[in-house]
Amino acid sequence: MAEAAIELVGINKSFGAVHANRDIHLSIPKGTIHGIIGENGAGKSTLMSILYGFYEADSGDINVNGRKVAIRTPNDAISFGIGMVHQHFMLVENFTVLENIILGAEGEALLNRSIAKARSELHRLERDYGLEVDPDAIIEELPVGLQQRVEILKALYRGADILILDEPTGVLTPAEADHLFRILRQLKDEGKTVVLITHKLREIMAVTDNVSVMRQGQMVATRKTSETTVEELAELMVGRRVLLRVEKGEAKPGEVKLSVRDLMVKDSRGVTMVEGVSFDVRAGEIVGIAGVAGNGQSELLETVSGIRKAVSGTVMLDGKPIDVSGVTDPGDLRDRGLAHVPEDRHHVGLVLPFEESENAILGYHDEPQFLRGPFLDRGKVVAAASDQIAKYDIRPPNPHLKTANFSGGNQQKIVLAREMEQDPGVLIVGQPTRGVDVGAIEFIHKRLIAMRDMGKAVLLVSVELDEIRSLSDRILVMFDGRIVGERGPDATEGELGLLMAGVDRKEAAE
Amino acid sequence: MDFFNALILVLDSTIRLSVPLLLACLAGLYSERSGIFDIGLEGKMLAGAFAAGAVAYISGSAWGGLAAAILVAVFLALVHGFASITHRGNQIVSGVAINFIAAGSTIILGQAWFAQGGRTPSVDASGRFGPITLPFADSVRDVPVLGPIYSELISGHSLLAYLAFAAVPFTWWVLFRTRFGLRLRAVGENPAAVDTAGISVTWLRYRAVICTGILTGVAGTYLALAMNAGFVKDMSAGRGYIALAALIFAKWKPVPAMLACLLFGFLDAMAIRIGGTPLPFIGRVPVQVIQALPFVLTVILLAGFIGKAIPPRAGGQPYVKER
Repeated sequence: MAEAAIELVGINKSFGAVHANRDIHLSIPKGTIHGIIGENGAGKSTLMSILYGFYEADSGDINVNGRKVAIRTPNDAISFGIGMVHQHFMLVENFTVLENIILGAEGEALLNRSIAKARSELHRLERDYGLEVDPDAIIEELPVGLQQRVEILKALYRGADILILDEPTGVLTPAEADHLFRILRQLKDEGKTVVLITHKLREIMAVTDNVSVMRQGQMVATRKTSETTVEELAELMVGRRVLLRVEKGEAKPGEVKLSVRDLMVKDSRGVTMVEGVSFDVRAGEIVGIAGVAGNGQSELLETVSGIRKAVSGTVMLDGKPIDVSGVTDPGDLRDRGLAHVPEDRHHVGLVLPFEESENAILGYHDEPQFLRGPFLDRGKVVAAASDQIAKYDIRPPNPHLKTANFSGGNQQKIVLAREMEQDPGVLIVGQPTRGVDVGAIEFIHKRLIAMRDMGKAVLLVSVELDEIRSLSDRILVMFDGRIVGERGPDATEGELGLLMAGVDRKEAAE
Repeated sequence: MDFFNALILVLDSTIRLSVPLLLACLAGLYSERSGIFDIGLEGKMLAGAFAAGAVAYISGSAWGGLAAAILVAVFLALVHGFASITHRGNQIVSGVAINFIAAGSTIILGQAWFAQGGRTPSVDASGRFGPITLPFADSVRDVPVLGPIYSELISGHSLLAYLAFAAVPFTWWVLFRTRFGLRLRAVGENPAAVDTAGISVTWLRYRAVICTGILTGVAGTYLALAMNAGFVKDMSAGRGYIALAALIFAKWKPVPAMLACLLFGFLDAMAIRIGGTPLPFIGRVPVQVIQALPFVLTVILLAGFIGKAIPPRAGGQPYVKER
């Protein structure tokens, strides 16, 4: 084995009672791409933050290139050749690319010379790694893929030999992600060491040489990627066998429950976000809407669920129109049997400072079953919440706990439980597994399939292509506010990816 | 020629009146660009004015007064910094508190030390930053047009006034041409980016509020030792707030900040000039109406005539390391 670029020996880190990293040993050989995989909260980010000098470990040693080092600040990490591409980009949005790249590495008190130096250095990096980007572009005007490239350039400009990427593909299209992987391979060929943190198994298989799995603060296994399987990794991550592909029978579509015709929606700036969208959702089927984030899916969901006004078009629920020209009271829609699991559970789906039991009935709080006269019957509310907690395996099982203290997956289960337990005819679900662990994803997927099999009409919007493909009976692809294609569940990822990127198959063939 | 002379006079007082606004506005610019909102410009200016008046009277030295004003204003700026940077307190509350402390303590200390109803005794000329006559001002006075412009309008201001206007290009240069400026702008937009680049957010923001302290100290000195001959209670008279409005007009940029301050100074000068004299067609306008004009203008301009003023994105939010 080659010399280790990074060696972690017995790293421990606690936050209060939480033991985030427990006796971590890890060796990352030079010139390899090393994946670190684990569920949310497994301690991956904490470990990398220790490596980048955000936190200091309570105990343990870090060796970089065989030399024991003390990393107390990001500055130390940078000086040892460690660079980090953060999950949320650390860029100043209204600065130019150049300004962002030199920030903190200016070299001297006046900017003129450092900018000139950065410009020529940037040209060199562009030549060596194919990392093209306009140095004078303003960050906020660049697509996310390019913003990420700026983050990589920032690290390389600081002379990073070891590049850590934290969940780098969360914001990328499949094509952009593939491009990123090509860049990573090229960096490897140039002798750089790449550490890739992710919870997506597909990426690990696609690009890494070795993979280490973390679970509950511990490093549970390290494998050669070529000698492992997705199933084994998933099991190591969760600690039990996981079904990655949901098992489901044939759909038995019934009558049309939700019908959308020629819908047009503008956002607050007057930009058309949804145009000429028509589709039906039948009882007993899941219709998936695929697309890169920001192509009108969110606006479509909000309009159908009564949160946003439409400019024109009709939406029919059970054959009766919904008034989409004004903002419909979502409460009325609930009464008519339309439940909505919003994309953004923190801002729309939940009131985080509330108790779990309060969120468990939010929106249904004026139903007679929860009332005693004009007042809420706390006993019944808590009973209903406890019931949901048991059915949906929400952990910790405490209806009085503040909602903000649940993990992302459990928060999502709270929303799903609330909406599903009201036995709606139509269920609209946005990003059901965003920021949710593998184990919980499996559970949520099973519940959605169960809803379908109970004869509910399910409209699913997700940016996770795998999720759309494994759950949907029909897949609609949105691009630039329009539905650009409909495919069956057997559509290949490549085919859908092209549609999502707005490329027609005919065009692509040329 | 009468009109020309009147215009020169009004513009001359425009410059005089806009100097404290300009100094306070640039002071606010440093702090707010770094992400620390500072509604306490008013209080720092007032405390600075008191320190300048008191020390200049006792020591007889204008420079001593200036040094004292800067010390006091920087101290208050550091208090604001301690509350809002180190302890992540609410920046508006901290700023308002500083205004109250300054307004109250200057009167109490003034009364206790000088027993003149909260004012400091009159400072004589040697203790003030009096008007400076620029070279040749007298010899070119009779040249038509340019002569009066040079000798009346440009010459004859306090040293601090020249300093204030020189601070405009200097501030621009610092912001856009130096490492400190780049980091200052960055920390007001995205402190996390600055932190991960290996720069201390705390130290950077402290340096910014120190700049604010220095400039408000100079502004206070100008009020006490250049515009007046000593400290009078409440002599900042809302200028700190007007400076904040000007900063918003100027979208946190130095040169537009100067223009905005000149505009407010001009309105102030007009108020003094036409106050009490009847206007054609309108008749006698109550002086209060004229005095209210800058504030009315602020509301009108802010209500939509200047386009969208986007403050530094991280403004007002204490930086907390995440994860």
